[in-house]
Amino acid sequence: MTEHSHPNSQGRKRGLLAFLLKARATKPGETYGVPGQGETRLLSVASILGILFVWWLVTSMGWVKPLFLPSPQAVLQKFFTVWTNGFTNVAFLDHVGISAARVFGAFLLACVIGIPLGLAMGMSPVIRGLFDPPIEFYRPIPPLAYLPLMIIWFGIGETSKVLLIFLSVLAPVALGARSGVKSAAIEQIHAAYSFGASRWQVMRHVILPSALPEILTAMRIGIGFGWTTLVAAEMVAATRGLGYMVLTASQFLQTSTVIMGIIVIAIIAYAFDMLMRFVERKLVPWKGRM
Amino acid sequence: MGLNVRQASVVYPTADGRPPVEALRQIDLDIAGSDFVVALGASGCGKSTLLSLIAGFLSPSSGEILLDGGRVQGPGADRAVVFQKHALMPWLNVIDNVALGLKLQGVPQARRQQIARGFISLLGLGEFETARVYNLSGGMQQRVGIARALTCDPKLLLMDEPLGALDALTREKAQELILTIWHKTAKSVFFITHSVEEALFMGTRLIVMSPRPGRITHRFDLPFSRQFLSGTPARTVKASRAFIDLREEVLKIIFSDEEAVA
Repeated sequence: MTEHSHPNSQGRKRGLLAFLLKARATKPGETYGVPGQGETRLLSVASILGILFVWWLVTSMGWVKPLFLPSPQAVLQKFFTVWTNGFTNVAFLDHVGISAARVFGAFLLACVIGIPLGLAMGMSPVIRGLFDPPIEFYRPIPPLAYLPLMIIWFGIGETSKVLLIFLSVLAPVALGARSGVKSAAIEQIHAAYSFGASRWQVMRHVILPSALPEILTAMRIGIGFGWTTLVAAEMVAATRGLGYMVLTASQFLQTSTVIMGIIVIAIIAYAFDMLMRFVERKLVPWKGRM
Repeated sequence: MGLNVRQASVVYPTADGRPPVEALRQIDLDIAGSDFVVALGASGCGKSTLLSLIAGFLSPSSGEILLDGGRVQGPGADRAVVFQKHALMPWLNVIDNVALGLKLQGVPQARRQQIARGFISLLGLGEFETARVYNLSGGMQQRVGIARALTCDPKLLLMDEPLGALDALTREKAQELILTIWHKTAKSVFFITHSVEEALFMGTRLIVMSPRPGRITHRFDLPFSRQFLSGTPARTVKASRAFIDLREEVLKIIFSDEEAVA
């Protein structure tokens, strides 16, 4: 009995803790069901608010100097300043526009080339044999390492920038499409063949649709790599772009602009990911269900 | 129509100098008219390999498979296959799954929907035409698979443990449904099962296969499906003296195979 010195402690919990711990209607299979089920939106909002609060606390109490970490208000202020006045004589939306054009252009190009290439690698040992070594060779190399080569080969214009982002997106997209080819069950393939389907028809009506969930996942991963590479791509001889803005601001120790730029990039990337998840739900509602 | 398996053997080579595996040794089998041939046997006896040979997914190492006198070179719409599972296309709804074979053969949309509808209602799936297949129960998914196989009017229906993943009650219902449809369509059927009772109840002929090497060891002619189709209730057929005696005899054969392996 002495172990339970507070028999009523269950009833005394208040506020958020009580909310999180309170008894709820049991869903069948929840306790011993698939791990990781459940609603997360509330916790996500709490997480963001928590980070903002700590950020606000440490800056407004003066524990961290504004040079290292400006306050949230200062960053928001900076956003409105840049929104109205632009940055280095270029309108804010021009910075956003050119960066989005570079990333989405490279992404589109990588999908147009990478998805068919990956599918071909999955379906043909010849294509796989030819393209596997170069892709696996360059894939783990940081884009910053081959950025100089891009500039030496393709100059300081748009080509080298888009190409750098393109390369970082290409590998994950192609590899995703390649492994997606294996998604079709042998029974599905045999069923099509037993209806007299040609090899081409099997690819079109069985392999391709069953690879779609993995292709979409690979696209989501790929665009992430694209945003990661943006700053590197805009390091050299850029006069516009979010990456350029962040880099230039950091050289002038304008930390608030750096943080503002990072947040803008994150918001655009997150919004696009939400769009991709929506497309996934519409296009492949059967994902993981059969 | 006639299908003839003539001295068909399938041998798989093995690595590191061990002797090659004989999946099938010199199989002879004839299926004609409205035969309902059931293959029964312990795991590894080669019954699925035999089905793959007939379907054309696999070529024999020696011997030949003849369909109406012509040599089987590969899969074709004259031999439709019903699989145990994983064979439906989750991105298509029920009617498009059923019409898949017709689509692959270039039948126009309106015509193939019309044919598919006929088989959907034959299988009792009328209300589920536009349902997503992954929302259906296992038994209903199998009925979609059977409807799909029937649409192209195959000469021979190959069924690879089609009821193996169903629960006992659904399974008995599905057996009766398949027999009724077989009776209506008068197709030849080659049917694989693990269940002795199912084999005896469904088939007009039974082949019992044995592993290592895979071969046919016993053949029986069966009267029970005709008893069911002429009106005797399924449970009465399955509880009859003759049925039980044969069931025990076949079980004994299969158990002795299992022991020989163990």
